[in-house]
Amino acid sequence: MPLVFAGVASHAPGITGRADQADPVVRDEFYANYDKMRQELEATRPDAIFVIGAEHFANFFMNNMPAFAVGMADSYEGPIEDPEWLGIEAVTVPGNADLSKRMISEIMKTVDISYAEEWKFDHGIIVPLHFLTPRYDLTVIPANINCQGPPLAPLSRAWEFGRAIRRAADSVPERIAIIGTGGLSHWPATPDSGKINEPWDREFMDRWLRNDKEGLLSYTDRQAYIDAGQGAGEIRTYVAVAGATEGSTGDLLFYAPIPIFSVGCTLATMKVA
Amino acid sequence: MSLYYVQKFLYELNRDPKVQESYRQDPEVAYQGFDLTDEEKRALTEPDIGLLFVFGVNGQILMHFAAFHQVDWQDYLQKMRDGVDEHGEVRDGVYKVTGYEGVEAHASALGQESNIGEE
Ligand SMILES: [Fe+2]
Repeated sequence: MPLVFAGVASHAPGITGRADQADPVVRDEFYANYDKMRQELEATRPDAIFVIGAEHFANFFMNNMPAFAVGMADSYEGPIEDPEWLGIEAVTVPGNADLSKRMISEIMKTVDISYAEEWKFDHGIIVPLHFLTPRYDLTVIPANINCQGPPLAPLSRAWEFGRAIRRAADSVPERIAIIGTGGLSHWPATPDSGKINEPWDREFMDRWLRNDKEGLLSYTDRQAYIDAGQGAGEIRTYVAVAGATEGSTGDLLFYAPIPIFSVGCTLATMKVA
Repeated sequence: MSLYYVQKFLYELNRDPKVQESYRQDPEVAYQGFDLTDEEKRALTEPDIGLLFVFGVNGQILMHFAAFHQVDWQDYLQKMRDGVDEHGEVRDGVYKVTGYEGVEAHASALGQESNIGEE
């Protein structure tokens, strides 16, 4: 079936783990919009959600770091973090190895990816699921882009990864939704944690919402690192979703910097024709 | 200096209860197979979160190690700031790319007020 849903969402662990320390007004507005996104997602009746996360050394390390990886298991466990620290209980999430295999085979025609038959979810995937599939009853296909351990795949390759995911989603009979998670500007888990470059975020989202390929691919790693922190490597997940919805335009559901969450909290969807 | 093995040890510790148990029982035994200097072993054993940050350990690895040692979030951030004050700039890894010279200097380099204190 043609792709049924595409969106992007923040995944910082503080969103759930440090909820009690945030300004309740802005926090609750953010949560309410996450729930609105859940309703929009559910309305498209997806059979599976393809979550493009940014790994944080939960499954992969620099001894063998894939640029792109896709999970291929019938179930996944998470969170790998202490549930109390993250504020999310330990759960088993349904997967579908057969569906993964079919999508991976299609993606591999144009992008060389790794597959993984074992995968433990970290906050990068479990935080968005906590809001978007709170009963953990929707089949998940996890994907990962290396955004933390340079050298990172060029943004142009993240775009191509997204295009390949789209082709794969359209080629299977199931109704597929995709979500990119991460970023935008942030300095997570460093002494700068809490710093957010709001103008940079808004400029990035302006390009994303217009699906401005040239604008999105023009960021360099070095300048992004200087302006938007090492967490900005995670824009790759947003770029992939833009690649998957090439030529479309998006809607911003929510954006607000929430320093205790270490990130400008972002929720947006891209129209899928 | 072997940042790679410091991070690899922490990566294994973060995800494997058996390594956690071994580290609790006898760190020296847990470190076997990892090419670590005496300074690195000391920082891991103590643990000296600030020095580990100065070595260049990625925060996505280090924050879990801090949580494992029951260091709360604000204390974790402060330990890294103190580490930079005491030991100087980050020596290696992803934070060395542009140099890390402390929160205030970094904020002003970006033309921003530091909003760290507002958390
Ligand atoms: Fe992240």
